[in-house]
Amino acid sequence: MESILFYLFATVLVVSAAMVVTIRNPVKAALFLVLSFFSAACIWMTLEAEFLSIALVLVYVGAVMVLFLFVVMMLDIDVESMREGFARNLPVGALVAGVMVVEFAVVMMSDRFDSQSLPRPAGHGPDYSNTKELGLVLYTDYVFAFEVAGLILLVAIVAAIVLTMRRRPNTRYQSPSEQVKVNKSERLRIVSMPAEKRLDIDN
Amino acid sequence: MGWIMTTWDSLPLILQLGIKIGFIVGPLIVAVAYYTLAERKVIAYMHVRVGPNRVGPRGLLQPIADVLKLMFKEMIIPSKSDKYLFLIAPVLAVTPAFAAWAVIPFSGTLVLADIDAGLLYVLALTSMSVYGVIIAGWASNSKYAFLGALRSAAQIVAYEIAMGFALVGVLMVAGSLNLNTIIQAQSGGLHQWFFLPLFPLFLVYLISGVAETNRAPFDVAEGESEIVAGFHVDYSGMGFAAFFLAEYANMLMISALTVILFLGGWNSPFDFPPFSWLPGVFWFLAKLSVVAFLFLWFRATFPRYRYDQIMRLGWKVFIPVTLIWIAVIGAFKFFTPFGFIFS
Repeated sequence: MESILFYLFATVLVVSAAMVVTIRNPVKAALFLVLSFFSAACIWMTLEAEFLSIALVLVYVGAVMVLFLFVVMMLDIDVESMREGFARNLPVGALVAGVMVVEFAVVMMSDRFDSQSLPRPAGHGPDYSNTKELGLVLYTDYVFAFEVAGLILLVAIVAAIVLTMRRRPNTRYQSPSEQVKVNKSERLRIVSMPAEKRLDIDN
Repeated sequence: MGWIMTTWDSLPLILQLGIKIGFIVGPLIVAVAYYTLAERKVIAYMHVRVGPNRVGPRGLLQPIADVLKLMFKEMIIPSKSDKYLFLIAPVLAVTPAFAAWAVIPFSGTLVLADIDAGLLYVLALTSMSVYGVIIAGWASNSKYAFLGALRSAAQIVAYEIAMGFALVGVLMVAGSLNLNTIIQAQSGGLHQWFFLPLFPLFLVYLISGVAETNRAPFDVAEGESEIVAGFHVDYSGMGFAAFFLAEYANMLMISALTVILFLGGWNSPFDFPPFSWLPGVFWFLAKLSVVAFLFLWFRATFPRYRYDQIMRLGWKVFIPVTLIWIAVIGAFKFFTPFGFIFS
């Protein structure tokens, strides 16, 4: 049963990951990326890593990819003009891809990932709380690394805001507190006018 | 009784689960159908009208008639739309709305999947419901639908953060992600429920829930006076019915979560007879109905928010409020002798 599920999710994952880079339409590429994230989350779930799995869905599928789609949908991307650069950038791209493949091969073929040196981890019962164990380790043994990661994220947030917040001089904006404070005498002027002459309907 | 149990145990697991799922989804669909009738009736009486009263006694068969009408209508697919995504979008809207009910505890023992990270699971699934809206808006290839989808996406992302922080407050007080443990932490009567120590978070959660489900006064995603019907303007027949179903199932879901997290779940409000004689399911459903009624009441009462005000409320009011209250809870629990307030 488990291996059937694994092959099912793995197939969906690989196929959708391939579609991300091959499909023309950028919006569909982003949607396939969502599908591949979701399949990866399902595989993690079968590996008893339910916290990581749900966190992947929550963070990447629920938040990051929504913003991604948001931007991609609004861009008017001309596919033809993008394809023109394909041949020119091919050598550089091939070089980067080749280096990555070699690096992966070196790491994966080392003794560390040998099936003998990596014993199959024992499965835990249904009462085992993955979330609690992760929390205990994260806030005790690795608390320094955790806080450094938090600090880096904070710096990244501040940097992102500083980079994008440029005050242009002539922008108009609303001040809700002043809008609320407005009262009748500031906005309304009652003008008394003489009554108009009555229309004679009988004629 | 014995033979029922033996036949039940002899069924394969997948069939057992299927039957259990049927017992949740079936009543849920009926509840959604009658929630739509309740909405029309309640708002009608609030407007001093009568509401639907022609189909069946006092209009009680109106939802059935609506469902039949929508089922037999032609499903029109716009010729310039993206056909696959156009058809997938309603499915993506309905699936998370129903799947989230798997972890909802209706009583102490009546729960389909009592998983350890139940709250995270619900949060993950509700965060996925935005895809139905975005894909529908984009696949329709219509300006109105697209504008509705963009509005809705920005709004859901903004309010999801406030909602998540409100949940963090609940986690800190209950000390668990399991929904049943959270409810058990609130047992002992009205004064033990989390809405008292977490009152700001309760308000933020309730209002964000209304915004998250795109309901009035936050319904700019379908604002009929500006963009016709928003993201589902091009859907007809069953496609439209699916979005309708998802919206109301989500409203009931948010009501159920509000009850579980802040209003004591299936605990009775007073811990003495005759209140404690009634079963937990009764209290759960009664509280759920009250919160669900609030959704209708809001719609009949408040005018629609302006879009920039929605964003301001989400980012500049709710998120700071939740962050400050989380800090208050943490400080009280660990640095002062008054930590018992938050436990």
